[in-house]
Amino acid sequence: MESITPSNIFKDQGRVRTVGKAGDSWAHKFFSYLLLTLIAFTMIVPFMWMLSTSLKPEKEILRRNIFPIEPTMDNYAEVINETDLPLWYKNSFIVAVMSTVSVAFFDALAGFVFAKYEFPGKRPIFILFLTSLMVPTEMLLIPWFIMSSNPPIGPTWVDTYWGIAFPGVITAAGIFLMRQFMQGVPDELLDAGRIDGVSEFGLFWRVAVPLSLPAIGALCIFNFLGNWNAFIWPLIATSRSEMFTLPVGIQQFSSEADTPWNLIMTGASLSVVPLMIVVIIFQRYIIEGIALTGLKG
Amino acid sequence: MSKRNSREKPRPFSWTLAKKKIVWAYIFLAIPIVFFAYIRVYPALFAFQMSLHDYNPLAAEQPYVGLENYDKVFEELGKEKSITKSAFQNTIAYVALGVPIQLCLALFIALMLNEIRFMSTFYRILFFLPFVTSTIAIAWVFRMLYQPRFGLFNVVLQLLSLPQQPFLRSTHQALPSVLALVIWQGMGFAVIIFLAGLKQIPRTYYEAAEVDGASRWDTFWCITFPLLNPSIVYLLVLQTISFLRMFAPVVAMTEQGSGGPLNSTTTVVLRVYREAFQSFNMGYASSLTVVLFAMILGVTIIQLSITSRRIN
Repeated sequence: MESITPSNIFKDQGRVRTVGKAGDSWAHKFFSYLLLTLIAFTMIVPFMWMLSTSLKPEKEILRRNIFPIEPTMDNYAEVINETDLPLWYKNSFIVAVMSTVSVAFFDALAGFVFAKYEFPGKRPIFILFLTSLMVPTEMLLIPWFIMSSNPPIGPTWVDTYWGIAFPGVITAAGIFLMRQFMQGVPDELLDAGRIDGVSEFGLFWRVAVPLSLPAIGALCIFNFLGNWNAFIWPLIATSRSEMFTLPVGIQQFSSEADTPWNLIMTGASLSVVPLMIVVIIFQRYIIEGIALTGLKG
Repeated sequence: MSKRNSREKPRPFSWTLAKKKIVWAYIFLAIPIVFFAYIRVYPALFAFQMSLHDYNPLAAEQPYVGLENYDKVFEELGKEKSITKSAFQNTIAYVALGVPIQLCLALFIALMLNEIRFMSTFYRILFFLPFVTSTIAIAWVFRMLYQPRFGLFNVVLQLLSLPQQPFLRSTHQALPSVLALVIWQGMGFAVIIFLAGLKQIPRTYYEAAEVDGASRWDTFWCITFPLLNPSIVYLLVLQTISFLRMFAPVVAMTEQGSGGPLNSTTTVVLRVYREAFQSFNMGYASSLTVVLFAMILGVTIIQLSITSRRIN
């Protein structure tokens, strides 16, 4: 199952860095930096354009100036006061936090069980979880929608936070990641806890979780990002504007006759910039987490 | 009673502990088991079942039609200018162009980043930022950049005295334009994986190559490329699957999310979405998702066979 748990390929053993070879010419380095800077430039420009348009008054949108001549915060005021964007923001945040808390808890718990317990039926259950990685979520969208419209108990899940979040409250990839990490928790420590009368849940909560915090942290960051940016399921699971998440809402801006570029760019900036700051702060964990697990949204 | 006790006594402490652990394991797994069975496995089976019915949630009945939906898929695939055919053709074009271009660019960047020290973290974060931003938000930004007259790309073309291009408004240029965004956005992820792979290659190999006087090019083909194979296979599969599932960028970048102009950018998943949630032909849409599932499974099986052969 190397495709699913690539961590065995990318174990981050003693970071060996290829040091520039002795024959490295100055010109070669210069060329590398020049190219990298050029590529970096293409990475930044779209974001700059987005921010600059969000600061332009409406009459400047179709002009070709890169920076606004008369920068204004009017677009932000309009988006916040006259659209549902604050609600979309709240919805995205609630859904992302809800599923991240749930994923952190249940993935860690299931990972702990698969790493540290022997019980009959372990293999079939593990395979049950595994198959869910093989099936693309696109195949499940229609059944999920039918289930949401006629849930087994209670009223419809459409246009509820649970309805948006339920497909992602436990993730197989997260369980495998946690299993890998929890295997590193020493059995002696758990047995010592048992002798001291610590309950099985106490062993998980007070021994295994504290020892796996880096992995749980990486899992939380990825899960939050994935949910914040999720599009196709929230698009299907919501019908009223008050329940849209941010990506669904931004997409909906366009349905008006004229494309309000300044408002879309403002919405995009509001969606992208806070997360970008968070990502820059946690970049080390995110990049190491990706390298370690290949985990993706 | 006393007899049973005496029989139990010699059993070690671990007998009850093992039993207790089994019970706890099941208590801990109860919710995940229910979740995977009900939210993941059952809907997958449901999708298969739906694909065998003329499933329309608005109709009173959902008659069983056997393989008729699949017949329709393959019939449309044979027809000129059917939307389904365009969807599959475009999806394959996205994969066939997108995956190699993205991976070559990412490998090139990773090789350069691996050789520098100064500012390397800065570049890494920068290349990585698009990957963590919302696809919808950034696709709208690109859609603006592609606009005629005021879009940045056409402004640049004009500065270079080159002819203006229609980009998203042309049936020929729309697909590469969407593809450019997807490549741009996902490249940072591949760079990170390649960098992790490059760090695994022992430095002694390079030192040996240097002693032997190998050229940069030889070193790459004889050391870096073969030893980077696990990362390459992993990324090939992952990116192929992600390009096969393309949806959000096309929705954000085309008129009313239609996959236009004239279906020139539409994808299988977009076709599924429109059939299922706009036309309510859920049976037919399900059969499309089953075909998509088969394609993804095929990619995974090919990968597994390559990986196991390498181990042998």
